[in-house]
Amino acid sequence: MMNLFVLQLLNGLQLGVLLFLIAAGLTLVFGIMDVVNLAHGVLYMVGAYFIATFAALTGSFWLGLLLTLPAAVAVGLILEIVVIRRLYNRSHLDQVLATFGLVMIANETVKIVWGTSPLSVPLPELLSGAVPLMGPLQYPVYRLAIIATGLAVAGGLYVLINHTRIGMLLRAGATNRAMVSALGIDIGKLFAVVFTLGAVLACGAGAIVAPILSVDSGMGESVLILTFVVVVIGGIGSIRGAFLGAILVAVVDTMGGVFGPILLRSVLEPAAAGQIGRMLAPMLIYILMAALLCVKPQGLFGGRG
Amino acid sequence: MSRLHVSGLSKHFGALTVTNDVTLDVTSGELHAIIGPNGAGKTTLVAQLSGELRPDSGSILLDGRDITDLSMPRRVRLGLARSFQITQVLPGFTVLENVALAVQARQGSSFRFFAPVGQEAPLNDAAHDALRDAGLEDRAVLQAAALSHGEHRRLELAIALATQPKVLLLDEPLAGVGGAEAEDFIARLKSLKGRFTMVLIEHDMEAVFALADRVSVLVYGQIIATGTPEQIRSDPKVRSAYLGEEEGA
Amino acid sequence: MIAQRARLATRVKVALILFALFAVFPPLAFALNDPFLILIGTRILAYAIAAMALDLILGFGAMVSFGHAAYLGFGAYAVAILSSYGISDLVVQMVVAMLGAAIFALVTGAISLRTQGVYFIMITLAFGQMAFFFFTSLSAYGGDDGVGLPQRSTLFGRDILGGDTALYYTTLVLLMVLFALCHMIVRSRFGRVLTGIRENRLRMEAIGFAPFRYQLTAFVISGCLTSVAGVLLANQAQFVSPAFMSWHRSGELIVMVVLGGIGTLSGAIGGAVAALLLEELLGMLTEHWRLWFGVFLVLMVLFSPRGITGAIRQIIGRKT
Repeated sequence: MMNLFVLQLLNGLQLGVLLFLIAAGLTLVFGIMDVVNLAHGVLYMVGAYFIATFAALTGSFWLGLLLTLPAAVAVGLILEIVVIRRLYNRSHLDQVLATFGLVMIANETVKIVWGTSPLSVPLPELLSGAVPLMGPLQYPVYRLAIIATGLAVAGGLYVLINHTRIGMLLRAGATNRAMVSALGIDIGKLFAVVFTLGAVLACGAGAIVAPILSVDSGMGESVLILTFVVVVIGGIGSIRGAFLGAILVAVVDTMGGVFGPILLRSVLEPAAAGQIGRMLAPMLIYILMAALLCVKPQGLFGGRG
Repeated sequence: MSRLHVSGLSKHFGALTVTNDVTLDVTSGELHAIIGPNGAGKTTLVAQLSGELRPDSGSILLDGRDITDLSMPRRVRLGLARSFQITQVLPGFTVLENVALAVQARQGSSFRFFAPVGQEAPLNDAAHDALRDAGLEDRAVLQAAALSHGEHRRLELAIALATQPKVLLLDEPLAGVGGAEAEDFIARLKSLKGRFTMVLIEHDMEAVFALADRVSVLVYGQIIATGTPEQIRSDPKVRSAYLGEEEGA
Repeated sequence: MIAQRARLATRVKVALILFALFAVFPPLAFALNDPFLILIGTRILAYAIAAMALDLILGFGAMVSFGHAAYLGFGAYAVAILSSYGISDLVVQMVVAMLGAAIFALVTGAISLRTQGVYFIMITLAFGQMAFFFFTSLSAYGGDDGVGLPQRSTLFGRDILGGDTALYYTTLVLLMVLFALCHMIVRSRFGRVLTGIRENRLRMEAIGFAPFRYQLTAFVISGCLTSVAGVLLANQAQFVSPAFMSWHRSGELIVMVVLGGIGTLSGAIGGAVAALLLEELLGMLTEHWRLWFGVFLVLMVLFSPRGITGAIRQIIGRKT
């Protein structure tokens, strides 16, 4: 039981840091530019396809990853310049429609270019295998590496946001956009940088998770909505909120599926507990979100409505 | 008799005190003007009186009833109406519809889903009355977005009147209005005196001294003097803090 | 008011023309010797109901709900679940669907409407997804894969809707009745308050209206009406699956409303026709029709000078 708990906690943490990588960019785009971007999940998917391609081409996961990052910058910049830039002053409805169109385009393009069957990315040899945790319990090295990478990026973002000039602008922009323009900053450039940063983080998340998932054209979708829940819980524009929200959502989601039925069994008969547990588990995070919004409509660290 | 009674109202933004222990008594039927230099905290005071902003401490009584913690819609339904310094109308509605909606808020339930509201004579009649008071009856069928600035100011007034308020809070009704139009507006407000208790926040000194029964002077979030226009005009504190500055400017 | 009356009259005229066209469609399909078209037509009419219901809150209430497909699901699953217990009456199924939808709309709406703008969009999307997962977990009804319906709903104990043409006309009659209902709501006291909140929320508060309760009521009405479309879609397809309520479906409903012009009701009906026909046509040309549909959407937003919503507001003469 204890082993299962630790295992699920680690799985939750691993999902959590991934969600954070995606949500960090999204929350900044929402908070600073006030743009609803439904196409953010697409970037995660594109990152996975990129590394699948580049790793196959070069025969090396690491070279693949190295090529994925500049490709991610390019995708982010192109997307910002061609579409997103033109949406800043539009209504939310326009933004929803245009980025919904982008989702359709991306999903279909991926099918045309890479086909409909899922791709797989081999684990890099350096990080294959498992490490012993406690007693008989082992945990894959690669998943630990994902957790470490995620935490490192979170730390880097923390420094960037709290101790640099651009971070100061981002913080100011997330709470008060008028102030940033009053400082005489080229808002257009700032927005492009933020969007591209978000794109790279999301692509990167897709790339590093690719070896332990099957890469397919629907993978951006489920993650997008989880990320929305994360951003809503954390509060729009808050990196700190995104981090806490991501961990919270991921842990509840992973643990709920396993321990929900076990907990229910103590109050219900086993058959009913299993049935209800299976029903409730996927809804848990939404219930969590609803409960939190009742108490804090702006999320944990949200400043604006 | 006291209609609107404000006591010990304070509001801070961080270290900045924008409303400092404001006490104000508006008696029934009077036109009470609040004046003050830029940055005196007039806007924040209006926001607290109308319910847009909650004070940190102090209380607001309307006809003896404590309304400090009530939302703006609740206050309006109890009879505290306001006009906005920056025109707030329903741009896609006609002038008449703008006003009729304010009448509707006071007359009967709005959870009626079937009968066409445009044909409700009582609403339209009351709306026409308010438009007449504001001098806009010949604009009734126009879309509100098509009005001139001066007409927008009068529509603001008509909407506020249509809620049949006990107290009318007028936030710089003359903002941006000049010349003959301003004179006309002042005359209209004068004709409304006695019918409504009014709190007038205004920049235009001429208008204030022509209209007000009593004047309160707000400086740095504090009321430094209250009295008749003559008393205020001759009050040395006011002269140095406010009028002096104006003359010097 | 004169302009407004004219606009109203146009709205009704457009709807009447559409209804007339819908009415002569089945004989036309028979003349073309392609009765399968009738089934496609039923699908379009059912979506027209959903789009119109969404327009009630999107166009008139400025609430961008991105979870409206959930209500299609409530309708569809009401049919599937009730008929598995032998309750096949259409009226009963609709009442149950609307009750379910109303409760879900009341709870999720009450939470979502505490927020505005971006939050509202994301939260409605999340709740839509929650409903999606709920119905996916119903393994008795096929889970992910969905479940086929052995027969269509009955009316007054008789299998009236068994024929495709009968189902088509039933759907058309419901569309007309619900259009009349929505048209009345929009012109009523309630409708004026709802539209007023869209125009200027602060102004509405300053004349004594608390927006929340009116928006929530509209949200619930819209959810109920959308569930009616779900009941009809389940009958049209004789199949029910969570795919009815995917978030893509919610997006498509928004596209329908916008295509035809938001805040016009008849526009939503026309938009549903246009969007679904475009889908069918593109689908005939290429299996990757979604790509071109997406391109169409992006271009439409980017190249209308003030956005789609702006362009339409210009046409109907509203300025914000």
